[in-house]
Amino acid sequence: MAFVELSGTSLAYRTRDGEVLALDAADMAVEKGEFTAVVGPSGCGKSTLMKLVTGLRPPTAGTVSVAGERVRGPLKIAGMAFQNATLLPWRTVRDNVLLPLEIVKPHRSRIRSHRREYEERADAILETVGLAGFGDRFPWELSGGMQQRVSLCRALVHEPELLMLDEPFAALDAFTREELWCVLRDLWQEQHFTCILVTHDLREAVFLADTIHVMSARPGRILHRHVIDIPRPRDLEILYDRASVDIIHTLRHQIAGVRQQ
Amino acid sequence: MSAVNTERLAPWIITIALFLLWEAACILFDMPAYVLPRPTLVLAEMWNFKGAILLNSLQTLWTTVAGFAIAVVFGLALGIFIGWSKAIYSGLYPVMIGFNSIPKVAVVPILVLWFGVGTVPAILTAFLISFFPIVVNVATGLATLEPEMEDVLRALGASKLEIMLKVGIPRSMPYFFGSLKVAITLAFVGAIISETIAANSGLGHLMLQAQANFEVPLVFGCLIALAILGIAMYAIFALLEQRMTGWAFRSGINAG
Ligand SMILES: Nc1ncnc2c1ncn2[C@@H]1O[C@H](COP(=O)(O)OP(=O)(O)O)[C@@H](O)[C@H]1O
Ligand SMILES: [Mg+2]
Repeated sequence: MAFVELSGTSLAYRTRDGEVLALDAADMAVEKGEFTAVVGPSGCGKSTLMKLVTGLRPPTAGTVSVAGERVRGPLKIAGMAFQNATLLPWRTVRDNVLLPLEIVKPHRSRIRSHRREYEERADAILETVGLAGFGDRFPWELSGGMQQRVSLCRALVHEPELLMLDEPFAALDAFTREELWCVLRDLWQEQHFTCILVTHDLREAVFLADTIHVMSARPGRILHRHVIDIPRPRDLEILYDRASVDIIHTLRHQIAGVRQQ
Repeated sequence: MSAVNTERLAPWIITIALFLLWEAACILFDMPAYVLPRPTLVLAEMWNFKGAILLNSLQTLWTTVAGFAIAVVFGLALGIFIGWSKAIYSGLYPVMIGFNSIPKVAVVPILVLWFGVGTVPAILTAFLISFFPIVVNVATGLATLEPEMEDVLRALGASKLEIMLKVGIPRSMPYFFGSLKVAITLAFVGAIISETIAANSGLGHLMLQAQANFEVPLVFGCLIALAILGIAMYAIFALLEQRMTGWAFRSGINAG
């Protein structure tokens, strides 16, 4: 059984104007340690998919399972990051990174008594994303790209088995975005968590992912699955290789087709 | 003189200028003192009655602070309760608005009926009139928590209580402290209203007495005392707000 498995999973939101079917019988399987990207037109149900996998919402049909178990409530092991960094402005960068450890076991009961050890841990992970020495700063003192790095650190500090990223780089400028692709690539290379990345940047998907899932317009279904067998480690140059360009073209066509329906 | 200094001095200069203007107008139009007394006369009268004014100011201050203190405890608790979930928020919010639209002057006679003339109705009026902005601000601070932030914590297995303690309540603090300076001013208004209707002491009562005796300069003297007290209380809580929640000013979270 795959690490993350959706079978026939649907979700209908109940709204004032009746039910909105956001996800329609989606099938998806992600192996342990796999980096997968989900692409699709906006409003097709990508964020909904994230909520289902993390157990934040129960499906209205079908099943979701993670690590061999049926998901029946919030997962308790997932790290998440979003388009806006959602850092807490009253906490320093270091204390923002430590937030998950105040909640997950076994750290929650140790963090007060082993404060120094955990602070070093936060500083170490900040260093891996190029933010050495920024622990005592406040989020508002940082640029958007730096805040997003902190957000990645917060998502990973408890060494989750599953990392869920919902368009984390969408609000950044092109250069910063490419820098952060490399940051994420290195983090994944090192820790090898399972990662589901929602994006509508096709180059981002090709550069980072092992597999790419293409979704249809609402109600979302998983239409295609591509395996990206570009060898690792990858650098930004590979995006100009023939293989990458071909995949990006194919993806673009598929999404354009979906949007016209 | 630097620009910063000018900015600091401006309110004082303008206040003094207003008083001078008032004085000049009274002299120029030969205003009788029983219509609009000159400020110098008012100040002299305040000096004559300094004992009474001080004593009654203290009484008003005490009722205001007592009513305000109850409002803070009650407002904070009710605000957290209402902001706890979207369902409670949307259910109770209209009720709160309805309650707040009752003019509190109308409640004073009932309070007097229940508690008699004196300090208790004044404290209760101060409380009733001032708890509302605290409730609304705290509840709004909680209810406008970014859903993504909640998702991050829930995906780690955080309970609702943990989410509130770690994020909701700290986040609503700028809203809370922002509401205090409004609430203290309202509590003050409440105390005065009640004192002018049914009390044996307090600035409101003193003013009413002075008016009954046609001591117009003293009426104005009481007004000035009221203004000084009101401004002082507002200033204290505005300062407290800045001290406690400097991060909110700098990070751009805007509390009403
Ligand atoms: N909480 C909600 N209530 C009602 N409808 C929703 C809710 N969340 C999302 N939707 C609807 O479901 C569809 C898919 O949304 P979403 O998963 O956010 O799309 P995406 O992330 O791909 O842009 C959209 O049409 C959206 O309007
Ligand atoms: Mg989305």
